[in-house]
Amino acid sequence: MSSAPDTSATAMPKNYLNEKITVSSWLLTLDHKRIAILYLVSLLAFFLIGGLAALVFRVELMTPEADVLRSETYNKFFTTHGIVMIFFFLIPSIPAVLGNFLVPVMIGARDFAFPKINLASWYVFMFGGVLALIATIAGGVETGWTFYTPYSTMYANSNVILAVCGAFIAGFSSIMTGLNFIVTIHKMRAPGLTWFRLPLFIWAMYATALVILLGTPVVAITLVMIFVERAFGFGIFDPALGGDPILFQHLFWFYSHPAVYIMILPAMGVVSELISCFSKRRLYGYRVIVFSSLAIAVIGFFVWGHHMFVSSQSTFAGLTFSFLTFFVAVPTALKMLNWIMTLHKGSVSLASPMLYAFGFLGLFVIGGLTGLFLSTLATDIHLHDTYFVVAHFHYVMVGGGVMGFLGGLHFWWPKITGRMYPEGLAIFAAIVIFIGFNLTFFPQFQLGVHGMPRRYHVYPEEFQVLHIASSTGAMVLGFGYLIMGAYLIWSLKFGKIAGKNPWNARGLEWETDSPPPTHNFHETPVVRHPVYAYEYASETSNEPDVQSEKGHV
Amino acid sequence: MNLLFDLLPVQATEYAKQVDALYLFILAISAFFTLLFVGLLVGFTLKYRRRTQDERPEPPHEHYTLELVGGAVLLALLMGMFFWGAKLYFKAQRPPADAMEVLVSGKQWMWKLQHPSGKKEINTLHIPLGKAVKLSMTSEDVIHSFFIPAFRVKNDVLPGRYTQVWFKPEQEGTFHLFCAEYCGTEHSRMIGYVRVLSQEAYDRWTMNLGDADETPVQAGGRLFAELGCIACHRPDAGALGPDLTGVFGHEVALSDGTTLIADDNYLRESILNPQAKLVAGYAPIMPTFQGSVNEEQLAQLITYIKSLSN
Repeated sequence: MSSAPDTSATAMPKNYLNEKITVSSWLLTLDHKRIAILYLVSLLAFFLIGGLAALVFRVELMTPEADVLRSETYNKFFTTHGIVMIFFFLIPSIPAVLGNFLVPVMIGARDFAFPKINLASWYVFMFGGVLALIATIAGGVETGWTFYTPYSTMYANSNVILAVCGAFIAGFSSIMTGLNFIVTIHKMRAPGLTWFRLPLFIWAMYATALVILLGTPVVAITLVMIFVERAFGFGIFDPALGGDPILFQHLFWFYSHPAVYIMILPAMGVVSELISCFSKRRLYGYRVIVFSSLAIAVIGFFVWGHHMFVSSQSTFAGLTFSFLTFFVAVPTALKMLNWIMTLHKGSVSLASPMLYAFGFLGLFVIGGLTGLFLSTLATDIHLHDTYFVVAHFHYVMVGGGVMGFLGGLHFWWPKITGRMYPEGLAIFAAIVIFIGFNLTFFPQFQLGVHGMPRRYHVYPEEFQVLHIASSTGAMVLGFGYLIMGAYLIWSLKFGKIAGKNPWNARGLEWETDSPPPTHNFHETPVVRHPVYAYEYASETSNEPDVQSEKGHV
Repeated sequence: MNLLFDLLPVQATEYAKQVDALYLFILAISAFFTLLFVGLLVGFTLKYRRRTQDERPEPPHEHYTLELVGGAVLLALLMGMFFWGAKLYFKAQRPPADAMEVLVSGKQWMWKLQHPSGKKEINTLHIPLGKAVKLSMTSEDVIHSFFIPAFRVKNDVLPGRYTQVWFKPEQEGTFHLFCAEYCGTEHSRMIGYVRVLSQEAYDRWTMNLGDADETPVQAGGRLFAELGCIACHRPDAGALGPDLTGVFGHEVALSDGTTLIADDNYLRESILNPQAKLVAGYAPIMPTFQGSVNEEQLAQLITYIKSLSN
């Protein structure tokens, strides 16, 4: 990431990117915006690694027999894909990149409450990430990202300890980020920015930070227990040592289910911003969306046992967790209702970020509804551990989480880099990604219903046609990401200068320069209106809205 | 089976048909809401598309009737799903009393099966048509999961305890048997078949004992004598241990004042770790049999003790 030094007349004024351009000014920066860029570059590298691993095993799965990989290697590839994508891409994605960049700017602050902790979080994250990568390169890991015991502790012949250490350490980076979010949102809001004037992205970050702070320590201690049993033979999970393997599943899912909300709540926050901007009005049911985020964060802690309906937990536990799980569906559905009602009588523009928001809505509605088959006890027993589950969580995590991330990245790209990307190509890439995604994962529902178990290297022949469709889709999806990467990099140097507010959006981040100056604002903004004040020229001005002629897409 | 055109896989049990009815109910609701949502999305986008840059739509009014009504309708539908699913789940959890019991032991990477007649087999389960079959399952190493898609049943198979599935096949034929819980290198080769035979064909098959010369009950009875269990667990008054006749499936009073119902897992624990839940009125003198019996023998002993309650 360079400062795009430009000698032409369009050279950028002084901002956070070009103020200092030495390597040490990046590696020792305390500026939340630069830390966001550090995260962005590292996360995209992890995304590439995780994505390539997926492409390799999708190629393998085009035939029922083993042809490209041996079983042991296949298992290492799907494990790498899972560990890298979950712990080193999806969990940090929106909070660490967009949240890091935007939280202080959106609330009118100069930086986070603890800038040094913010920088430390990146180093901790990279340390964990590098450990996990070493584990996968030097011998590999083949436990699956779920590390189920006693397989992971006593039977796996691979670098489990190193991978567990990587995930353990990365968890602390999440905790630091979450802590910074909560303190900053509580203490550093601009004058006039009351709680119910906060943009929904900020509310989503706040709810996410709560889940991170409450959940991550539990997975950390669980990973330590794996370490202790595997390294020293302390009996915790292995029945041969007097342990209980189901205990592991309880502890693991106590974090890892809420982690699903760590991955999806931020995307919901992004989508709220996009839908508001590209319908040009305040969101329908703003407060309902706020409280639904908080409700999801809270209820999300009481449903972990729905991952264990066939694990031999008691019948009563199965009933309880199934019952509670249905309650998560209600706040989620209310969000969908509010988003759709915002379009009603709005002024809807289909700019590229909005296409990603629509992609999110279309895919998440399928991801959410297919969750009902899995929260219902009798149907889950059949579908559990099949491709149906794989399809369901990719619709939620990729269709929801990644689409939200990409929508946000496009929306705030001009703010982050100061330049626009080519809109036509962006629309094309969004469509390719949407088609590729559906082609990859929709056939997997059918595979799962027909009984195809997940994590299978070889499989009965009747499943082949659908596997070929899925693998073809994965290539289309990869091609879509490639186009996107290419034009985004191109735009860093050749993109049109964006100006302060290219989308004519509301929110404090659009009132400062693009890219913002190092201290975000030239003077502290004072908020005068409720959030999404499209009837005014901006949140801080009493001027009525006048349509600026500049660069509206 | 054609995966491209068949909505559902083959239904080889009555239970599978019942699960599928629920599946179709949820599918109908999901399809309805997906179409409604996408329809509104497309409709609103077309109708309210931005025509000029200076459009200034009214901010929405905050009123909660729609949210409350929508939430309530949804919750009612969801509770319907919950109760329907729970009802079937209860059924899946409770095998009929007369079910034929087959012992299953999973290990990396095969399924070992033993029939009441003593007949053993690996990776292929032969069962009679129209008869309830209960599998009593355990693992010798990691967690596996026993999955028969055509019967819509699945349960994890754990080391150190017993789990169950049961089914009543109503269609002759050969069906897939999969390990559904990732269990290591050859996980995807830990598969087999369930062959449903007519009762007559099953009887013929199971009488051909091959290497097995005694039934699990007989083997358990022999072990019961050989291991010296019988020395203490006797029906007479001076016995040092409780008489095991009629224990299985009934309430047992423990020395700490609590009671429990003796099931497979309690018998297992009492053999491997006798002091964990001591029967009231007996001294803690029984030695552990951990290491003296393997999984197969343990299952035979338990089958024998269970036979004392019939």
